[in-house]
Amino acid sequence: MASPAKPVDVVIVGFGWTGAIMAIELAQAGLNVLALERGEDAATVPNWSYPKVLDEIAQSARNGLLQNLSKTTVTIRHDKNGRALPYRQIGSFKPGTGVGGAGIHWSGVHSRVMPQELRLRSHILERYGARFIPPGMNLQDWGISFEELEPHFDRFEHVCGTSGKAGNIRGQKLEGGNPFEAPRSREFPLPPLTDPPTSALFASATRDLGYHPYPLPAANASRPYTNPYGCQLGPCNFCGFCSDYGCINYSKASPQTTILPLLYRMPNFSLRTHAHVLKVNTDSSGKHATGVTYVDAQGRETEQPATLVILAAFHLHNVRLMLSSGIGKPYDPDSGEGTVGRNFCYQLLDSVNLFFDQSVYINQFMGAGGVGQAIEDFYADNFDHGPLGFIGGGVIWGRQTGNGPVRGIPLPPGSPTWGSGWKAAVRENFLHSGRIEAQLSNMAYRGCYLDLDPTYRDAYGTPLLRMTLNWQDNDLRMSEFFGERLSQIGKAMGAKSISGRVLKRGDSWDTRAYQSTHINGGTAMGADPRTSVLNKYLQSWDVPNLFVLGANVFAHGIGYNPTGLVGALAYWAAANIRASYLKSPGPLVRV
Amino acid sequence: MSATGRSRRTSWVTVVVALLAVAAGAAVALVVHRPDPRISPTLAQRQPDVDRGAYIAVLGDCAFCHTAPGGAPFAGGLALASPLGAIYSSNITPDPDTGIGRYSFSDFVSAMRDGIRPDGARLYPAMPYTAYAKVSDDDLQDLFAYLRSAVTPVHAAAHATGIPWPLSLRWPLALWISAFHDDTRFVVDSARDARWNRGAYLVQGLAHCGTCHTPRGVFFQEKDLGGHSNLYLSGGRLEGSSPINLRANEGDGLGRWSAADIAELLSAGRNAGSAVNGDMVDVVRHSTQYMSDADVAAIATYLKSLSPAPASAHASFGASDATLRAMLAGNERSAGGRLYMDSCAACHRLSGSGENLAFPTLAGNPTVLSRDPSSLITLILNGGRAPSTAAAPTGLAMPDFGWRYDDADIAALATFVRSNWGNGAPAVTASQVAQLRR
Repeated sequence: MASPAKPVDVVIVGFGWTGAIMAIELAQAGLNVLALERGEDAATVPNWSYPKVLDEIAQSARNGLLQNLSKTTVTIRHDKNGRALPYRQIGSFKPGTGVGGAGIHWSGVHSRVMPQELRLRSHILERYGARFIPPGMNLQDWGISFEELEPHFDRFEHVCGTSGKAGNIRGQKLEGGNPFEAPRSREFPLPPLTDPPTSALFASATRDLGYHPYPLPAANASRPYTNPYGCQLGPCNFCGFCSDYGCINYSKASPQTTILPLLYRMPNFSLRTHAHVLKVNTDSSGKHATGVTYVDAQGRETEQPATLVILAAFHLHNVRLMLSSGIGKPYDPDSGEGTVGRNFCYQLLDSVNLFFDQSVYINQFMGAGGVGQAIEDFYADNFDHGPLGFIGGGVIWGRQTGNGPVRGIPLPPGSPTWGSGWKAAVRENFLHSGRIEAQLSNMAYRGCYLDLDPTYRDAYGTPLLRMTLNWQDNDLRMSEFFGERLSQIGKAMGAKSISGRVLKRGDSWDTRAYQSTHINGGTAMGADPRTSVLNKYLQSWDVPNLFVLGANVFAHGIGYNPTGLVGALAYWAAANIRASYLKSPGPLVRV
Repeated sequence: MSATGRSRRTSWVTVVVALLAVAAGAAVALVVHRPDPRISPTLAQRQPDVDRGAYIAVLGDCAFCHTAPGGAPFAGGLALASPLGAIYSSNITPDPDTGIGRYSFSDFVSAMRDGIRPDGARLYPAMPYTAYAKVSDDDLQDLFAYLRSAVTPVHAAAHATGIPWPLSLRWPLALWISAFHDDTRFVVDSARDARWNRGAYLVQGLAHCGTCHTPRGVFFQEKDLGGHSNLYLSGGRLEGSSPINLRANEGDGLGRWSAADIAELLSAGRNAGSAVNGDMVDVVRHSTQYMSDADVAAIATYLKSLSPAPASAHASFGASDATLRAMLAGNERSAGGRLYMDSCAACHRLSGSGENLAFPTLAGNPTVLSRDPSSLITLILNGGRAPSTAAAPTGLAMPDFGWRYDDADIAALATFVRSNWGNGAPAVTASQVAQLRR
């Protein structure tokens, strides 16, 4: 064990989006901030230089930007009677690594949350009654309101230069935006990106069907932009290498493009890379964090003392650190007691490929991660669930993210799968096809949770995080409903044939195929310490000088891409640390 | 041989020997002679201001040249490429043995204004005393006080010179100085306002812009030290770069820039349509970004007052959308044009106009239009990175393409960029590219 490092005011574990947000906000408050990141630093030039980074094999096929699963991974099983096995190959979800984390390889869809989602349990009880909630579903309120978070959604959008069109500013509905959205304080910082053909077709078809299409908010800049930190973005030029790739053009919002240039100039901030945190250390009372222990590049364990500890790693690592450090009571699915690991949720993604007539030209090579048209007519509780008998909903969208020969060439059902017949089918279809999807909320269930695996350990000797999750009847029935909506929309768009994947009753979670990286829950925020790990300020109920960020703080799944809410919650937590906690350290909520 | 023939030959020999003796005597006199530093007697009553001296050091950009990469501040050791070999900067910390710890103020002034060390050796004009000669007594006094009392003394002996003998001999520099140096102090132009004069004082003196931006003659002397002719600041040549023409030419100069554009470039490292590149990145990083708004505005005012350099030697620009129309119609088939569309248009756009504040315009860009294409070629080969400044922290970067394209391709691309969108600068050859590869 190397000798303890010099104490700092704040140690931040993990240096992606939430780490960067917390670092700059606390460094600007004058604190001495140290970020520990297990991976390496990266910058637009040289790491994502044109054209070297645009390598489908290196990034999409071989996951160049992602976590090395041979060092540390998770185990997965469908239910508590199964035996969890290690996730040895990237498939269903794609955890990042390095400075910037998943903020480098994300798509850039930048949404908020529906007010009702933050109090879904109360809302369902009010509208449908207690019997509408199926047994085993752990619905719970989040302990925070949309109004409290609105300034922080706005802040994060302006940091990212998010491109979009407001549908509701302070109660006034506006043409061209999302009519279902909760009131915003002001317009987006940048106008929407130009619609690619798939999105334009989606918009006109859904409008004809009586739905309400709006431009998806995209953290891919539609214009050159300077954010409130003075950091600069260039405009997206639809290169089609968004998701899985670092942006060549300074267009996609990432910690590197939006925060780090200013943060790295601050003398009271420092970063240590190749620093893998093993645990949060607490004193003998267990109620006060003294810092963290990490392994450096030479393999030495080092203790880093700090006055304030922030867990800002990706979802999995934050939950695992809480469990490995013995903070909070681990969840027991049998008794239903305990909170750490409770309410592990995911998202369902139904995806259909549409094949059009030759007269419809869609250049599949072009696209951006966040650009698209979407409808929220079936989001959250925007529609009457009474006759349908399920809880939850989601966004239906027509995006065009760019495609290429290695990433996948979808073909109509019945096409040959090899040889000259296959080549002919590709030639006929590649520039005349598109994709529409439904991204759906996954509710929280008693039997879906996280804990430490009893058998498997990582390269550092730490037990792996064990995921226990499968699709439940509620969500699969919801998915079937959305499958019908996708068919309806696809036909209205003029598709000659449709193929794809819609989850149905009887389907299990297939961890091999990419689904989504929007895993969430496990260290829920809430008003009640019996069902939450963190109070509304994301402060640990058990250790007041520990704050936890990330999608793990969700009380249950939402329908949107989580990054907008994750970033807003980080800004919210930072603001309250600055305004209240620093002045008077201690529990911010007393129960 | 007749008696008269011998005496005629003897008298020729005598004349030649006499002339040589006179010349040698003059040379020795020049080498030995120390000009009077001419410090004003009233300076003795003035109190030196160390904090003001720190700012003078920023204006003069002393720290950058006198600090080796990763080395102690002002301890010297930075290698400066010269046509004769590498010159290493000296230690100007107050160390008594290896720095300026034993200098008197008069010694300091002699070095700064006349290029003479206390031991009589001349300084290579890589030290721009040709410009610092214009610095006022007050400024030199404060600068000396700062270097002597606020800089940490470091014991670091001078790095051996990279210039081979006999070119490394210093005494011939006395002749060079005599021929080309002008140690006249800066003279206020009463016909101009205070801001212009401040700008002229800074540009001609502490900021020593002419050292890089004024063309040089056969003996490497700047062709104009005092701003008297339209060659002053009309463009220079360094290793691998071509500092631009700062005069009013509308093509390759600052004729289409406003004073505010110039000021922003110096403070932030970039403005709406341009960004610094090459050695200017370090100038912004270490010096101009820390200059006061008033000083930067003064420099801009002075530069904007300069007349154009002779048109025949400088490229033209007349905005045109012909290139964009050809590209959009699918009619741009040249090798250079297609390379541009492949590798450059994503940021610099088919219009060549770049993106406001983010990616420089190529249409009408002085770096692109410089007669000498060295800076442009170097950018394409090695990429570039704007400095991170308080006003513009990102420090946007351009990737390198030297690994991707050969000399002929890069020459075609550079030629394309120099001759499209209304740009009218000469073509670039493959051998010019080859020479700049490192």
